[in-house]
Amino acid sequence: MSFPWANHYEPKQPFMRWLDEKLPLPRLAYNAVGAGYPVPRNLNYFWNFGVLAGAALAIQIVTGIVLAMHYHSDAATAFSSINGTIMRDVNAGWFLRYAHANGASMFFIVVYIHIFRGLYYGSYKAPREMVWLLGVVIFLLMMATAFMGYVLPWGQMSFWGAQVITGFFSAIPGIGETIRVWLLGGYAPDDAALNRFFSLHYLLPFVIAAVIILHIWALHIPGSGNPTGVDVKGEQDTVPFHPYYTAKDGFGLGVFLLLFAALVFFFPDMLGHPDNYIAANPLQTPAHIVPEWYFWPFYAILRSFTSDFILPAKLWGVLAMFGSILLLFFLPWLDSSPIRSNNYRPKARTAFWVLVLDVLILGYCGGSPADPAYVIVAQVCSAYYFLHFLVILPWIARTERPVALPNSITEAVLAGKGGTSPAETALAH
Amino acid sequence: MATVDDVIPEGESPDSVSDPRRRDFLNIAAVAFPATAGAVAVLFPLVNQMSPSADVLAESTTTVDLSKIQPGQGVITTFRKQPLFVRNLTPKEVVEANAVPLSELRDPETLEKRTQPGHENWLITLGVCTHLGCIPLGINEGDNRGKFGGYFCPCHGSQYDTAGRIRQGPAPKNLAVPPYKFTSPTAILVG
Repeated sequence: MSFPWANHYEPKQPFMRWLDEKLPLPRLAYNAVGAGYPVPRNLNYFWNFGVLAGAALAIQIVTGIVLAMHYHSDAATAFSSINGTIMRDVNAGWFLRYAHANGASMFFIVVYIHIFRGLYYGSYKAPREMVWLLGVVIFLLMMATAFMGYVLPWGQMSFWGAQVITGFFSAIPGIGETIRVWLLGGYAPDDAALNRFFSLHYLLPFVIAAVIILHIWALHIPGSGNPTGVDVKGEQDTVPFHPYYTAKDGFGLGVFLLLFAALVFFFPDMLGHPDNYIAANPLQTPAHIVPEWYFWPFYAILRSFTSDFILPAKLWGVLAMFGSILLLFFLPWLDSSPIRSNNYRPKARTAFWVLVLDVLILGYCGGSPADPAYVIVAQVCSAYYFLHFLVILPWIARTERPVALPNSITEAVLAGKGGTSPAETALAH
Repeated sequence: MATVDDVIPEGESPDSVSDPRRRDFLNIAAVAFPATAGAVAVLFPLVNQMSPSADVLAESTTTVDLSKIQPGQGVITTFRKQPLFVRNLTPKEVVEANAVPLSELRDPETLEKRTQPGHENWLITLGVCTHLGCIPLGINEGDNRGKFGGYFCPCHGSQYDTAGRIRQGPAPKNLAVPPYKFTSPTAILVG
């Protein structure tokens, strides 16, 4: 849907008119990310992160395709093809490799901010539930892609990460071990596993791109949300996407690329693990196996089950870890408050920041050795994570007294500038 | 789905309508069923190609010479690309393992069940922690063998006793005993 006051695409040049009749691709772009898409006028910089995530995916695909031209997906030569050939011999190979490895981190940083933006401003609520559901699908695909990509250098963390993650499946009662062997194509990670991970690592980003198209399509039906969570009431509430938000997103993209470049050129190994510069050795486990930083909170949840209760502890850990993400599919119905933005929900806002803190602590515990102290903190934080979504948020939605909402986006904007009082604006319209 | 075929023409009994229904059945029998069977037949190799291939299975037996392993010693070798622990238990370690009541065990198994008759001192297990697949310490002399004198996994602190049974920590099961047989008094064939 587009608002009735949206600009209309009118090709001026004969060639564009001809093209519009045969294949109206420029019209599609104009209506989706051009002047034909009216967007609330009050979006803040947190609304940049969708575009930034798209840019991060594009960077990953481009650097990934060229790296694949030099990489060997063979257990005997994978490690040296990256750490020898690509890092030392291929022209600018070091740059492409560091850009790809750190690009994954940048992708997760912007996606996490994008997700928490959605949590704070209630972007998951009606009428945008489908946007949220597709977003969770993208997140799951990203996690699978990132995990398989991390295995490809075939260093110690790659190998043992593959061992541990595929080991999750052996927790399934009865058929678990059979599934694990089927997934690996062997009894331990080896050539078969490395090759299929490479194949899927190349495929999944394109699947992600396809789901992103659905994600944007679903978004454009109700149109973008905004920081007040109040629906668009009229033309005065919106501005055309182009040039207003292409400019704002362009500025954000510049900042993003600046930070990305700083990481690639000055701290290229800061977010990696030194053990992955040791070639995979199936007969020696590293003292402390950790996944990449973006999986730490989930790894902490996995490790926080230490004793059996009806089911084995290991199965509980795996169920809880997957459950912590699958839970997000139900969020639009767990939070029944009709108020979207936490700006007008004092209790939900407090709960949101506690959740942010909780996830950060979980991440810290997940990246630390499994000492009893960290495990206990992780247990408390894991319990709180589930409590937040299953109890606290539904309870707040029922009992909270929200702050009065502005009558319209325009009123909120003008009140924010100190220009007009809400009452005056209401009278003016 | 109401189609033109379903409409009963005036003056005809419902019996004569059975013909189009039969045609529907023909559709199901001749098209839909074989198509589904064909799809499954094509899907099977696509799924089954991921199972271990013949060259992986070909490496799935290992012969171990036991003659050089003294009581109290162990060796680490590989079976199906996984670490394999071969340990010659001392009489004291056998007694320790047999002294544990089964009710105390998370995964109750006797040492007798985990070894071959007449060779109770030979403990052959995979060196793969049943928690998340790390290699436990304890097979080499001087390793930390944990509280129960067997194996200790440094990743998440699982402790195994001298029969390779889980006694403490997050691992759910005893160290796996692979299928093997004695081909001579001093050699085993694993797999």
